[in-house]
Amino acid sequence: MTGVRVLVGTRKGAFVLTADGTRSDWQVVGPYFGGWEIYHVKGSPVEPGRIYASQSTGWFGQLIQRSDDGGHSWTPVGNGFQYAGETGTHQWYDGTPHPWEFARVWHLEPSLTDVDTVYAGVEDAALFRSVDGGEHWEELPGLRCHGSGADWQPGAGGMCLHTIVLDPRGEDRMFVAISAAGVFRTDDGGRSWKPTNRGLHSEQIPDPDAEVGHCVHRIAMHPSRPDVLFMQKHWDVMRSDDGGDSWYEISGNLPSDFGFPIVVNANEPDTVFVVPITSDAEHYPPEAKLRVYRSRSGGVDWEPLTAGLPQSNCYVNVLRDAMAVDSLDPCGLYFGTTGGQLYASADGGDHWSAIVRDLPAVLSVEVQVLP
Amino acid sequence: MIRVVLPAPLRTLADVHGEVQLSVDGPVTIRSLLDELEERYPVLRGTIRDQVSLRRRPFVRFFACEEDLSHDPPDRTLPDAVTLGAEPLVVLGAMAGG
Repeated sequence: MTGVRVLVGTRKGAFVLTADGTRSDWQVVGPYFGGWEIYHVKGSPVEPGRIYASQSTGWFGQLIQRSDDGGHSWTPVGNGFQYAGETGTHQWYDGTPHPWEFARVWHLEPSLTDVDTVYAGVEDAALFRSVDGGEHWEELPGLRCHGSGADWQPGAGGMCLHTIVLDPRGEDRMFVAISAAGVFRTDDGGRSWKPTNRGLHSEQIPDPDAEVGHCVHRIAMHPSRPDVLFMQKHWDVMRSDDGGDSWYEISGNLPSDFGFPIVVNANEPDTVFVVPITSDAEHYPPEAKLRVYRSRSGGVDWEPLTAGLPQSNCYVNVLRDAMAVDSLDPCGLYFGTTGGQLYASADGGDHWSAIVRDLPAVLSVEVQVLP
Repeated sequence: MIRVVLPAPLRTLADVHGEVQLSVDGPVTIRSLLDELEERYPVLRGTIRDQVSLRRRPFVRFFACEEDLSHDPPDRTLPDAVTLGAEPLVVLGAMAGG
């Protein structure tokens, strides 16, 4: 192991943070693509030098950038995200039909086995795949067209497919999460999909137990136990032990069960982390104290982690893609805030410090352990 | 040569400095000029107009000869001053915060 690389997407560019295995002395390089929104940057687990970045603005649209040298240089690749066939409509905020329109790429998920295969989750919600390193993109339309698409509605941030989880046993099985539709699973490589939301309960929709319509914020999996999933929903922290077929609540003693990210310790599959946020209207921590909560028992029992984090006058948010774990022992954790701080812990969350404090608002954080 | 002024983010993206100079066969219109621009700089595809519908992106504007041509039909011939190179076609991002 030669070091750790943290990839940070912000409202105004991308940053690459590097350190050796002690994770104490960091170099910050950037911004790359200054002035552009970088919704997500993620490296290939097959070849760490290969990194994909989603670059967009409201003015000039969507680009995908690719690096083959660990983020030192970048090349724009394909940005032709065209829905397959008749796009039809989904529901708009007021319940009227609204045509499907591509807005941006929220999330890029490189394949676990093939350096040139990468998945893109986009707004309006759909899943795309490239098998040539991002040069060309094809929609996997079985998701959008599986039957409930006409009923999907946007969340406050748009109708986005923001989470893609690949099963390490084989990419025939994938999970995606859409705001505000819910979780969907494929068992045949993306040809067909089914909603996997049984057990979710959302008071904000007409039928709180509906098959689709839930505002799932994030799901997480430990690779050693791919049938166990953890979820941070709009409200409620949830868990599934059967690959999403059913869910049960594990919010337990959290001060608020609203939040965005959820991650699992790389070495302990029952150790889970969330960052509670006051409410859907008040996107800042309860009591203005920035606290990561850790459960070592797979949920229900949570402990606050505060050492090194601001415990007064803190009004930042942590977005859904802005938290990540490394695979070292002890596990390192990283999260970025809407206030531009990038916090890191090299001891499983017991102690935190800011790698950098004044970045643009952080949209995404990913980490790579370099061979 | 026809002169085109790109906004700074697109100059950076296309790795050009100053104005772009283009030659267009046939009538010089917004459509033919953008066709030539995207042929020369493929990275600009999708940034000024949608790749499929070819509609101008909502926050992009076209100015020339102190006129806003953004809402003109894309096949309308551009002013002589632009086609003769006396004035540039200015592509810019609309004023908006963020």
